[in-house]
Amino acid sequence: MTTDLLTLTELKKHFIIGHTGIVRRKPITVKAVDGISFSVQEGETFGLVGESGSGKSTVAYTVVGMYQPTDGDIAFRGQSLFEGGGKRSAVAKKEIQIVFQDPGSSLNPRRTVKQIVELPLRIHRSDGDLLSRVIELLEMVELPPEYIHKYPQMLGGGEKQMVAMARALATNPSFVILDEPTSALDVSIQAKIINLLIRLQEEFHLSYLFITHDLSLMRNVASRVAIMYLGKICEIAEAAEFFRNPYHPYTQMLLSSIPVVSAAEEALKPKKVTSRGEIPSPVNVPSGCSFHPRCPEKKDVCSQVDPVMVEVEPGHYVRCHPISGGQGE
Amino acid sequence: MAKDLLLDIKDLFIHFDVFGGTLKVLDGVNFAVYSGEKVGLVGETGCGKTTTMKAVLRVLPMPPARIPGGEIYFKGRDILKMSARELGQVRGAGISMVFQDPTAALNPVFTTGQQLEAAVKYSSAGDKRLSRKEIRQRAMAALKEVALPDAERLLKNYPFQLSGGMRQRVCIAMALAGSRELIIADEPGTSLDVSIQDQILRLLRKLVEEKNTSIILITHTLGVVRELADRVYVMYAGNMVEVAPTDELFSQPLHPYTVGLMKAVPKLTGGGIADGIPGRIPDYLDPPPGCRFHPRCDRAMEVCRREKPRFYQVSEDHDVACFLYSDKETARQRA
Repeated sequence: MTTDLLTLTELKKHFIIGHTGIVRRKPITVKAVDGISFSVQEGETFGLVGESGSGKSTVAYTVVGMYQPTDGDIAFRGQSLFEGGGKRSAVAKKEIQIVFQDPGSSLNPRRTVKQIVELPLRIHRSDGDLLSRVIELLEMVELPPEYIHKYPQMLGGGEKQMVAMARALATNPSFVILDEPTSALDVSIQAKIINLLIRLQEEFHLSYLFITHDLSLMRNVASRVAIMYLGKICEIAEAAEFFRNPYHPYTQMLLSSIPVVSAAEEALKPKKVTSRGEIPSPVNVPSGCSFHPRCPEKKDVCSQVDPVMVEVEPGHYVRCHPISGGQGE
Repeated sequence: MAKDLLLDIKDLFIHFDVFGGTLKVLDGVNFAVYSGEKVGLVGETGCGKTTTMKAVLRVLPMPPARIPGGEIYFKGRDILKMSARELGQVRGAGISMVFQDPTAALNPVFTTGQQLEAAVKYSSAGDKRLSRKEIRQRAMAALKEVALPDAERLLKNYPFQLSGGMRQRVCIAMALAGSRELIIADEPGTSLDVSIQDQILRLLRKLVEEKNTSIILITHTLGVVRELADRVYVMYAGNMVEVAPTDELFSQPLHPYTVGLMKAVPKLTGGGIADGIPGRIPDYLDPPPGCRFHPRCDRAMEVCRREKPRFYQVSEDHDVACFLYSDKETARQRA
């Protein structure tokens, strides 16, 4: 029996980026995340996929506490993170950690590896010998102990990302958000890091929220996958099912766009859909289903009513009118 | 295909003189593009792909760069020996480049129109001088070719008013303006989303095929090369290590580096990812002797540490710079 570790319920994060009008000033809002729900089970890797501007990083930053949600709830181990006035507990802070996309900017260039990795230990007033704990953490991510005296710019891209991972592991978290951890790296280094992340997950029973735009990578790391488009989720399914049987036209479009290296993979790509159009500005989200201007299977209803999520097969959810039969909110 | 040599790089060395010594980046590169051919150049960050292509356009900053040896023939003439005037003609009407980041490639203080019209003007060197009206018409036509609607308005827009995909289309329109014979596309889709990258690649393929232009596609993503190229070069640490027709390279990679790279690519079919190639790209100040890949190679032999392998021809168009295949060639020649 699997249990839900982290549950998002109708999570919304809107940003006010300016105002219109002179007399009656109306705020201009960007609905970066606009009502998404999913849960991450204990020990699993939940994949969140989307193009730039889809709001996937906003989800990550909201979960880790860098943003306050506009609406909706995030529950960790069944308990809301915003109980008691919105300040999250120290325990929740320790349990939820993040590794950012670009290790070049997420590591302070003026601090040594030791200082970087021990900062969370100091903040959470960890007992015992900090130095030996730092060395232990470096060992976990397969970096030699002499790295404690190095500065980030002396390390390769992959090594920097491992330092970021060591820092995330310092507080013994049970949940780690990986926000495009390998998108800045070459494939051979990516492979090494991904395999290390999988080993760490098994060893420490970690749950990952893995954010990426790379569907081929997702196929190999995630147990379940959700696709985001303009702040909403269009499809969630088990990874194997998702790639075998994609329902949403956007999912099909993304899959058909992936450059692959073998004929066996080519066979998995949906043939009938080709990519067209671009993701619109999140300030002017199209009416109805936000994907309708790019959708090859657009019906009249799609431009008027926002579709609801329906379960098409056990565990496989899709938000699309032609599939749900035109139900809306 | 008519085997008309368009670009021929012969035994090219490029060194950079820096504070700590000399970076020996290119180490005898051989590379050829035939007329009408789509060639892929693959390798990881820092392997010298972009340096090679910058040398072709002679846009490498010299110093610190210096070219101790080698020739670069474009239509039979050595680019490295050209006068500034001849070089200007090659850059204007012969070879053009599409860069990785369209935001950086376009000048933010000029409109799309000003930049595109300049490209049209200089690419038509040799023709009679064009009137301003003709230039504008050709610029509009170029935008139409890259599937950008509303050309009139776009020409008045500044680059920041366009999306990333549109900017890259404008760059392609500039590169294809006039009758260029060779386009060098340096990671043209990497900074874009996968669905936009797919559109850009399809567009590039359509246009070069229509115009019979040759293209060199530089990328670190193997899949991208497979979509577009006829023939692929694999580069590692300043050396070409393998060249083969695209299908053959993907079905039968031979060089241990190519094999490792292929294994490391996550596959849509799933099944996990192989552990990549150990180690990292060597320090160019002091590159390993012999084959530059030997410290990372799981099949390295004694000879690899001493001697640099030349290209061994294993089948008609398939060459590998690896001692593992030195006997394959002799067997072929005897047969």
